[in-house]
Amino acid sequence: MIETISQPWPWYVAGAIIGLIVPALLLLGNKHFGISSNLRHICAACFPSNIPFFKYDWKKESWNLFFVGGILLGGFLSAQYLGSNEPIQIHPDLAQELAAYGITDFSGLVPVQLFSFDALFSAKGLIMMIGGGFLVGFGTRYAGGCTSGHAIMGLSNLQWPSLVATICFMVGGFIMANFILPYILSL
Amino acid sequence: MENKTIVHSNPADYQARSLDTMCINESELKHPWWYNFKYLAVGLVFGVVFVKAEIISWFRIQEMFRLQSFHMYGVIGTAVVVGAISVFLIKKWKVKTIHGEEITFADKKFNKGQIYGGLMFGFGWAITGACPGPLFAQLGTGVLSISVVILSAIAGTWTYGYLREKLPH
Repeated sequence: MIETISQPWPWYVAGAIIGLIVPALLLLGNKHFGISSNLRHICAACFPSNIPFFKYDWKKESWNLFFVGGILLGGFLSAQYLGSNEPIQIHPDLAQELAAYGITDFSGLVPVQLFSFDALFSAKGLIMMIGGGFLVGFGTRYAGGCTSGHAIMGLSNLQWPSLVATICFMVGGFIMANFILPYILSL
Repeated sequence: MENKTIVHSNPADYQARSLDTMCINESELKHPWWYNFKYLAVGLVFGVVFVKAEIISWFRIQEMFRLQSFHMYGVIGTAVVVGAISVFLIKKWKVKTIHGEEITFADKKFNKGQIYGGLMFGFGWAITGACPGPLFAQLGTGVLSISVVILSAIAGTWTYGYLREKLPH
C-alpha cells in the first residue's frame, strides 16, 4: 500500500481528487475553490495602505488561509514521508533543450539551478523569481482568479468568463515558454 | 437580521468585495475559529496530490506548454469533469452544507481583466512553473527560496490593488 502511494500518482487519480475538492469545500461551508485570493487577503491583513481594494474584513475569508496552510503542510508531509527515490522522468526533448541553457540538474521538483537564494544574484534568477512571481500575483488578481478559481471552479460552474480567462492563461503560457523564456534562460 | 446588518454596515467594504466574486461567499453562521481546521484538512489532501502527481514540478509545466506531455491536461481535464458533475448534482438536488446552510453560486462577470490579467498570469505561470497553490506546496516541500517568489506574488497583487482604478477593466 505505502509503496503504491510512494510512486508518482497518475493524472486520473490526481484530477479526480482535485475535482472532488470543489464539492468538499461547498459541502463543508459553502466555500468556493480558489487560491489566489489568499494573496489579496495577505495584503489586506498586512499592508492595506488605505487602498480600497484591500479594505475589507479579511478575517471573514480566513478559511482560505487555513486552506493554503493545509497545502503547505501537505507539501511538507509528502516530501518527508511519501517520497519516492526515483528521479522525475522528463521528456527527452525538454531535457535536451534545458541542457543547452546549462540546466542539467533534474533531481528536484524545482530546478535548483534556477530557483535558489544564490540564483537571486544573477539576472536570470532575478527575472524568474521576482519577475515571475510578480506576474503571477498581479495577473491572477487582475484576471480575478487562477487555475483553481477560474479553470477548475469557474469551468465546473460553466462560467464563460472563466473559459476566456483559462484560454488566456494557456495562450500566455505558450507564448512565454516557447518564445520568450528561451531568451531569459540564455542570459 | 442582526447578521445582515453587520454584513452591510460598511457599504464601501461590501462594494469592494462584490467586485471580486471570489470573495463574497458569505456565511451567515458564526463558528468558532477552529472550525477552519476542516479547510486545513482539505488543503492538506490537495498539497499531497500536488506533490505526488508532480503537479508542482516546474518540468511538468514546461512540458505542458510545449505539448510534450499529456499529464497536466489530464489532471486539469479530469478535475473539471469531476467538479462540473459535482456542481451539477449539488444544484439539481439542492444539497445543503453539513451545517444545513444553502449552497450558493455567483455568476462571474466578464471584464477585460480576464484577458490582460489572464495573459500576464500565463507568462508568470510558464516562468515560475507554478500557480499560486503549487507555490505554497513547493515551499512546503522545503524549497525555501520559493518564499521569495511568494513575496513577489504578494507584491504583484498589492500593486494591482494600487493601480486598479487606472487599469482597463
